[in-house]
Amino acid sequence: MNNKNEIENWDIIINAGSSEKHYWFDLWRFRELFYILSWRDIKVRYKQTVLGTLWSIIRPLLTTLIFTIVFSKIAKLENPSNAPYALMVFAGMLPWQFFSNALSESTNSLIGNANLITKVYFPRLIIPASSVITSLVDFLISFVILLGMMIYYQYVPSWHLVFLPIFILLVFFCAFGFGLYLTAVNVKYRDFRYIIPFIIQFGLYITPVGFSSEVIGDKWKLLYALNPMVGVIDGFRWCILGDEIHLNSFLFSVVVIIISMIAGIRYFRKMEKSFADNI
Amino acid sequence: MNKLIEVKDLSKSFLINHEERESYAALRDVISKKAQKIFSFSGWKASKITKEEFWALRDINIDIYQGDRIGIIGRNGAGKSTLLKILSRITAPSKGTIKIKGRVASLLEVGTGFHPELTGRENIFLNGAILGMSRLEIKNHFDEIVSFAEIEKFLDTPVKRYSSGMYVRLAFAVAAHLEPEILIVDEVLAVGDAQFQKKCLGKMEEVSRNHGRTVLFVSHQMSAIETLTNKALYLQNGRLKNSGPTPEIINRYLHDYEETTEIKNYKQRSGNGKAKVVKLEVQKEGIRASAVKQGDFFNVIIGIECKENLPMDISFVLENIKEQSIYCTQLSDLQLPLQVEDYVEVEIPVPLSCLRSGDYLFSMAVFRPDKSEFYDTVLHFPLINIEGMRIIGSFPVDARWGDLYFPINWKVNPKL
Repeated sequence: MNNKNEIENWDIIINAGSSEKHYWFDLWRFRELFYILSWRDIKVRYKQTVLGTLWSIIRPLLTTLIFTIVFSKIAKLENPSNAPYALMVFAGMLPWQFFSNALSESTNSLIGNANLITKVYFPRLIIPASSVITSLVDFLISFVILLGMMIYYQYVPSWHLVFLPIFILLVFFCAFGFGLYLTAVNVKYRDFRYIIPFIIQFGLYITPVGFSSEVIGDKWKLLYALNPMVGVIDGFRWCILGDEIHLNSFLFSVVVIIISMIAGIRYFRKMEKSFADNI
Repeated sequence: MNKLIEVKDLSKSFLINHEERESYAALRDVISKKAQKIFSFSGWKASKITKEEFWALRDINIDIYQGDRIGIIGRNGAGKSTLLKILSRITAPSKGTIKIKGRVASLLEVGTGFHPELTGRENIFLNGAILGMSRLEIKNHFDEIVSFAEIEKFLDTPVKRYSSGMYVRLAFAVAAHLEPEILIVDEVLAVGDAQFQKKCLGKMEEVSRNHGRTVLFVSHQMSAIETLTNKALYLQNGRLKNSGPTPEIINRYLHDYEETTEIKNYKQRSGNGKAKVVKLEVQKEGIRASAVKQGDFFNVIIGIECKENLPMDISFVLENIKEQSIYCTQLSDLQLPLQVEDYVEVEIPVPLSCLRSGDYLFSMAVFRPDKSEFYDTVLHFPLINIEGMRIIGSFPVDARWGDLYFPINWKVNPKL
C-alpha cells in the first residue's frame, strides 16, 4: 500500500512494540530543553536554600576533617601520598560527593518530574541527565575549596591536573549509568528510594575516600576496582596530587563504568515507554 | 490534500491490578508476596492478584489532513485523553501504527512545568521550552506573551505569589503562541474567568483558521467544540463511534447522551413499581442542562407517574463520584407528604453553588410516608457535571480537594 516515497515523508512513525528510530536525533533536537531544565534545577537549588552554596562547602569540609581525624590520627593508617592526609582525603571526597549527590538526584529525578512526564513528550533521558548537572555545580564549588586548601598547605599540584576534565567526565558517566537504572526502577517500585541513602553510605565505606587505595593489598586490587569509584578516585589523586596510580585497576574501573553506562541506558530505554503509565 | 496524521488499528490497554489500591507497586509488596508464595503451604492462594486487561482504546483508524480542526468528544472514560496522549507520544500504544508529519505540540495541561519559585519571565522560557519552542521563538514572541497575559507588572515576581487567575493567564499565553504544524489541546479552557476563556478561544480560532494549522481539541463544552472545529470524532468506550462534520457529530453525541441519561432507561433501581420516576433532569433557569458552571445554582426536576392514588414522600441525596452523600433532603422535612393521582412534578432548588468541579450523582426514593412501601428507588444516577477550575494555584483540582470549593480571601494579620 505504501510506496517508498510516502514512507519517507513521515517525520514520526510510532509502531506498537518497537522502539523509536530517531531516538538519538530526538535527544539532540531537545537539547535546549536539557539546558533549560538544568538551568531550572540549578536556579531553584540556589534560590530556595540560602544555605545552598554554604552547604556544598561545609559538608565536604566537615567530612574531610572527621575522616582525617578518624583514619589518620585514630586508626593511624599510612599515607602513601606526598600530600598531607587532609588533602588526600579531600581529593577523594570531591569525586565521591559528586557521585553520591548525582546518584541520589538522578534516582529521584523522574518521580520529581512526574508532572512533565505525564503531560509532554521529550526523550526522558533528559531528566536524569539534567539532574546530574546540578551536582556538577556543587562539585565545582567544592573544587574552589580544594584550591583554598592547597594554598593553605602550600602544596603545588602536579601537571597531571590538565587531565582532570576526563576524570570529571568519568564520575559523571558513573553516576549517570547507575542513576539511569535506579531512577527507572524507582518509577516502578516507589519505595526503592529509601534504599538509596543506604547504598550511598555503604559505598562510602567500601570506597577509598578516607584512606588511600594503596592500603588494599595488591592481591585484592583488581577485585577492589570492581567498585568503579576506586579507579576514579585514584585518578583524581593522580591528577591533583600526583600520586601513583595502579593502571590495571584503573582501566578495570573504566570498563565497569562503560558497562554500567550501556546497561543503564538500555534498561532505561526499555522502561521509558511505560513511565507515563506507571508514574 | 496533505495527510498529516495517519492512525491505523490503534489500541491501548492497561493492566488493572485489582488487589492493589495504590497506583504504583512497592518493592516491599512484591518481595513479601514472593515470600508468601514460597512459605505458604496453601501454595498460590496467599497471593491472589487478579489482573484485568482494560482497553482504553480499540482499533482506532483516523486520517487527519492539513488544516483540519478536529474536536474529540465522548463521555468521561471514552478514551479521549488517552488518544491525545498517544498522539503526543507521551504514552506508547499497545497495538497499531501512527504516522505523523510535522511538529507536534501538545497542551494537555495549562502551565506544565511551571516552577513556583521562578519568576514570570523565567517561567515563560521554561514553559516554552517544555512545550517545544526554541529559545529564539520565545524571545520573538516574548512581548506578545506578556501583553496577552496582562502581567507586565509582575514579570519579575515569583509565580508562587501570583493569583490563580494570573497564573492561568500566563500559562495560557505561552501556549497560545506555540507555532507547531499540529496542535493538540486537552480540556484546558475550563480554567480562568469567562472573559479570558473567550480571549483564548478567539486566539485559538485565529491560529487555526488563518494559519492553516491542524488542531486536535478535546472539550466537554460543546459550544467550544462547535466554534473551534470543523470535524469531530466521537469516541465511545474506547472505540471510534462516528466521525464527520462537527455539527452532525455533536447532534449524534447529544442524542446518545440524552438517551443514556434518560431515567427511563436507567437500570440501578428497585421498588415495587406502584409509582415510577419518569422524568429527571437538571435545569438552569428553566432550560435543561447536563453541566453547569461552578458557582451556579441549579434545579432538579423530578416527574413521578403512578397508576393509583397514592400518598408519597420523596427523598433526594446528592452524591460525589465515590457515591458518598453530600447533601440530603426529604419532602416531608418542611411540608406534608403528597397525595398523587396520576402524575406529579416536583422541583428541588439545590441550595449548593459551592460544589467543586467534577461529576455528581444522585440517589432518590419515592415511598409511602410511613416507609412501609418503597415505590421506586434510583441509585447513583449520573446527574450533573460541574464545570469549573481545573487548576488552583499549581494543583489540579480533583477529589483530594473535597467536594466543596469556594474561593475565599485569606486574611493575613500583620505582625504586631
